[in-house]
Amino acid sequence: MSKQTKQPSQQQIVQTEAPVAVATPSAQHAIVRSRNVKKIYVMGAEKVEALRGISLEICQGEYISIMGPSGSGKSTFFNMIGGLDKPSEGQVFIDEVDIAQLDAYELAWLRCRKIGYIFQTFNLIPVMSALENVTLPMIFGGMTTDEARDKGAALLAKVGLGTRLRHRPFELSGGQQQRVAIARSLANDPAIILADEPTGNLDLKTGTEIIEILKQMNKEMNVTIITATHDHKMLAASDRVIWIRDGRVEKIQNREDLKIEVGKIDGESL
Amino acid sequence: MTPTNTAERLLPGDRRRIGKQIVLPWSKSLEICIGSIRTRLGRSIVTLLGIVLAIAFLMSILTSQALIDNLRSQDNEHINLLLAQDAGVDVHDATSLDHKHQQDMWLLTLSMLVAFVGIVNSMLMSVTERFREIGTMKCLGALDAFIIRLFFIESTIQGVVGTLIGIPIGFLMTYLRNGVTFGFGTFHYGPLLGRTALNLTICLIVGTVLAIIAAWWPARVAARMQPVEAMRVEE
Repeated sequence: MSKQTKQPSQQQIVQTEAPVAVATPSAQHAIVRSRNVKKIYVMGAEKVEALRGISLEICQGEYISIMGPSGSGKSTFFNMIGGLDKPSEGQVFIDEVDIAQLDAYELAWLRCRKIGYIFQTFNLIPVMSALENVTLPMIFGGMTTDEARDKGAALLAKVGLGTRLRHRPFELSGGQQQRVAIARSLANDPAIILADEPTGNLDLKTGTEIIEILKQMNKEMNVTIITATHDHKMLAASDRVIWIRDGRVEKIQNREDLKIEVGKIDGESL
Repeated sequence: MTPTNTAERLLPGDRRRIGKQIVLPWSKSLEICIGSIRTRLGRSIVTLLGIVLAIAFLMSILTSQALIDNLRSQDNEHINLLLAQDAGVDVHDATSLDHKHQQDMWLLTLSMLVAFVGIVNSMLMSVTERFREIGTMKCLGALDAFIIRLFFIESTIQGVVGTLIGIPIGFLMTYLRNGVTFGFGTFHYGPLLGRTALNLTICLIVGTVLAIIAAWWPARVAARMQPVEAMRVEE
């Protein structure tokens, strides 16, 4: 008897908590928010603090570069923003959702629909054609084969590979593979594109082209782009650069400040 | 179609909905697996060979038993003599027949085990070879269940194909050898046909089940791989 009375109320809860269509309020909507994020690795008796409390906000439509030497915690933080790792303390919100609260299904959904990934090593599925690579996330997302094919072809055309839909990854150059990866990352109209050293395996010219494409997608589709990089070309395209050192945010530079310093940074690195 | 990126909000309490929102249709899974086998033909053939050999051996032993039973049931003076000379079978000694049967079973068990370990080994290597691919798939939203399913389908295909190749090899070798020894005309083909059909079914079941069980552990290893693996740079 008690079960019968319970059922309707449960249904109501489900209904009220179902996703609600909300238009983007403004360009200032914080798509990623971290609050005092710490990550502690326990190695034997020793505790290593990879992140010592990072709080920052990234807005919808921003182009962000995360810089930092290796071992700075940059990768750890980057993976957390991408929903690939969970903080030991503090919270990471992606589109206002605390990722630590998500179970495996919800995380998979988040990765599929909200975040597009671009890798240093391109990571196309070798057994699939360019088009199949781009449509795979759409298939995961429940799109029909026909819809996915049309959208995939359009995305590949957009990155300048409209004539290479049937090519396998090994038949494409590095730059072309990365273009396919960009098209794939855009498959489900994500809110965020997470690019881990996207130009790291490319020559100067191809790298510049990839950055241009990313910047173009950022402007046209208002997709937030977050890159981890050592590449100074990347900085010039960024709205903000977040420098991480010893598990903390060392400084955050806006583009205006950057322009003055670009010469100096280049001078230092050369 | 929703116009903006933030149109769909992920709120707590949607678990059931979300589980159903991430899908991988069977037809697509099959397509991926066939593509995967074709692209990594070398490794696939190694796995396949293990199954082919095991099943050829199984079919050979089963067929040999069927042929000898077939001849024995005829109780022909001349054939009995041949059986004693060439196959070491004393038609009237039940215990020696039992003993030979037990020996066969022991050999079969051992060879199936060896094949099993071989398949597990080769599939585990294929998992470690593909860590980046699996990690990437997970980054694209694949659930653990998808990865497990892909490995099981791949293994099942290899099991069935390997078995289908192994059966005729095992059968023909044994049939031809015994046919030469005893004469092809001496067999009673009516009962032999029924017995061979039964053996064929046994081999199909054993081969497929063997491949599927062997995939269990490697598939779990693959499914447990973290999406972060996709970020690893070193080969």
